[in-house]
Amino acid sequence: MNTILITIISLCAIGIVSAVILYIVAQKFHVEEDPRIDTVEGLLPGANCGGCGYPGCRGLAEAIVKANDMEGLFCPVGGTACMKEIATALGREVSESAPKTAVVRCNGSCANRPRTNRYDGAPSCAVEHALYAGDTACTYGCLGCGDCVEACTFDAIHMEKTTGLPVVTDACVACGACVKSCPRSIIELRNRGPKERRIFVACVNKEKGGVARKACSAACIGCSKCVKECAFEAISIEKNLAYIDFIKCRLCRKCVAVCPTGAIHEINFPARKITPEVKEAEEAPEEKNTEPAAVNMPVPTAIVIAEKAATAGTIVVPEDSSVAKKAEEEKISEEEEVAEEEKKEISRKADRTSNEEIDFKI
Amino acid sequence: MLKSFKIGGIHPPENKWTADGKIEVLPVPEEVVIPLGQHIGAPATPLVQKGDRVKAGQPIGEAAGFVSAAVHSSVSGMVTAVEERPDAGGILRPVVVVKVEGDEWMEDINRSEKPEHNITASKEDILKAIGAAGIVGMGGATFPTRVKLSPPPGNTAELLIINGVECEPYLTADHRIMLERAEDIVVGTLILMKALEVKKAVIGIENNKPDAIGKLQGIASKVLGVEICPLKVKYPQGGEKQLIKAVTGKAVPSGALPIAVGAVVQNVGTALAVYEAVMKRKPLVERVVTVTGKSVKKPGNFLCRIGTPISKLIEAAGGLPTDAAKVIGGGPMMGRAMANPDAPVTKGTSGILILSEKEALRKPASNCIRCAKCVSVCPMGLEPYLLMDLSCHQLTERLEAEKVMDCIECGSCSFTCPSHRALLDYIRLGKSRTGAMIRNRKQ
Repeated sequence: MNTILITIISLCAIGIVSAVILYIVAQKFHVEEDPRIDTVEGLLPGANCGGCGYPGCRGLAEAIVKANDMEGLFCPVGGTACMKEIATALGREVSESAPKTAVVRCNGSCANRPRTNRYDGAPSCAVEHALYAGDTACTYGCLGCGDCVEACTFDAIHMEKTTGLPVVTDACVACGACVKSCPRSIIELRNRGPKERRIFVACVNKEKGGVARKACSAACIGCSKCVKECAFEAISIEKNLAYIDFIKCRLCRKCVAVCPTGAIHEINFPARKITPEVKEAEEAPEEKNTEPAAVNMPVPTAIVIAEKAATAGTIVVPEDSSVAKKAEEEKISEEEEVAEEEKKEISRKADRTSNEEIDFKI
Repeated sequence: MLKSFKIGGIHPPENKWTADGKIEVLPVPEEVVIPLGQHIGAPATPLVQKGDRVKAGQPIGEAAGFVSAAVHSSVSGMVTAVEERPDAGGILRPVVVVKVEGDEWMEDINRSEKPEHNITASKEDILKAIGAAGIVGMGGATFPTRVKLSPPPGNTAELLIINGVECEPYLTADHRIMLERAEDIVVGTLILMKALEVKKAVIGIENNKPDAIGKLQGIASKVLGVEICPLKVKYPQGGEKQLIKAVTGKAVPSGALPIAVGAVVQNVGTALAVYEAVMKRKPLVERVVTVTGKSVKKPGNFLCRIGTPISKLIEAAGGLPTDAAKVIGGGPMMGRAMANPDAPVTKGTSGILILSEKEALRKPASNCIRCAKCVSVCPMGLEPYLLMDLSCHQLTERLEAEKVMDCIECGSCSFTCPSHRALLDYIRLGKSRTGAMIRNRKQ
């Protein structure tokens, strides 16, 4: 009985002493934290994706509260609505930022870009990119292993089986994780555009026109037809590659019609009408008439390349230790081995006896 | 008992079928493509232009910086292009293309077969000759030899180790030169000893080459300071650190160079190239390449000019077998599959291995079963399964703490994994990312 009592009393005493110490420490080392951080964090979506450039939502909340204005601070997931709420809560002006989405700038589907060899290494674009130029003749395009799909925490990107290319869906919040994960920098964040309408060059190949087209029939060949066509100076050509500035672009679609390889893509537009008021619409069919011939031309060459490579037997399995392992599993029959060993032994003896006498003067 | 390194190691099937055939001299091709970057470090700066006439052995690229090497024309003829062409991996690299006309060599090159054994050159002359000849490590790493022979201040070399291990399965190029050019290799070793000012050199050879051991022992016994060290067969004994451990019993500390334990390792091929550069003034313009594979008609070792298209070599070996599925540059463990069979032979091409689809294709990877086989075979004492996981999650700081930079990329882990996991592929990726992080931090 006495033991139990002593135990209870001593434990209580320890508890009280500890409580006092903790209270004093808590008072002495109290960190004053801005209560607004909690408020802002509550308003943020809580996805902790890092798309804003800060480590999680709390990181951004701290940065927002610390900063004087909202310049350069933007949550791509919550978008403008979320930023407006935060700005109102903090009594600030919100900086408008147009909603963005990821865009895959490659159209190297199996039909457009024939495979020249087979990649058999680890299924990762980063690994493949570090090893060699890829399994097609295009050294700039999509590798198709799906690093971007893995990086996406919003399930907004998936691999299309028929084309072997990633497809971005409306669920994209433009956090930029896929952009960072792509070793070939194919994915770009662009304005979503009115009614989700977008026009962009679906190619990143910087090779000269002929080389690019040989590798992929849908490559941008840097012919600058689109540049001449654009009335808003939205298109520029750098290193044989056209780029459409999404801020200057007015979505007139004229460039799409003149592109000889179909490298410029339009998304979410209604079907094209041939109206007399659009002068280019008349020109466009003309261009289109020449298009099949022009597009078809490089295809046979590309197939030749593919065939050549196929006969040359380049199934590419970069660096491969499992190779030797396979060989192990297919050992030559024991008899053969014994016979070979004997042969070798004989020749070794012969070599040993043929050692010559040499003088060295140093 | 024979010496070997202690930690890890594997025993892949050797398949050294080409060990008995003499080295064949490959005819000069019609056109050679000589890459300007055949070594670790900055690519050489071109010295010729389109339309220039060059002779065999004439410099066509000069070393661009300290860690770089000179490049020479391997043939005589006309320069038809100085441009970018795809290498074996399909990536564009600067090259010099020479259309062959005759076979005229630079006048000062001694092309006689007569052996030269009188080393009269001084240490400085030797280093200068090695630098001018553009010699790089011939084992495959292609590190400029001149740099390796200039120990950083504060370090002194005590021992030269000549690497005649050739632990890669299939390859026999080093084996054949040890048999056919044994004297020259020993003279090359003596030249390297003089350049390093060391008294002792050890030639390490695995015990599966008793003929080479016998032949070199016969020669070395007459020379002061050169020893032959037969080694137990184990992959990757040809790795620099593994070889030092096997020969001297000393372990190179993590992150340090072999010079930290007073050792300098050079390949037998390098010793031969040094002999030719110093005694015959012949730059590195040709090398021995093993062309082999189960269904190759005439596998063998070929002495070919640098820049010869690999397809020509395959032709010489009886053409591409019908069941060929993969062409690998180098051995099966550390070599790389080629996407472009017209890529040229470079200073580091030790072999061409042709495999059928059955031999070549990887099995589908499954989950890690935590058997720790990769840990027990890692010759650097690392934990490959962990490094792979960390690489997949891009945790570079932890990778650094787990010593990923010590990985020698030998592939023993991938070889031994019962789940066929691509351990090395990911570890190599993690290693390059960690390396980039470390470099960024230093800046």
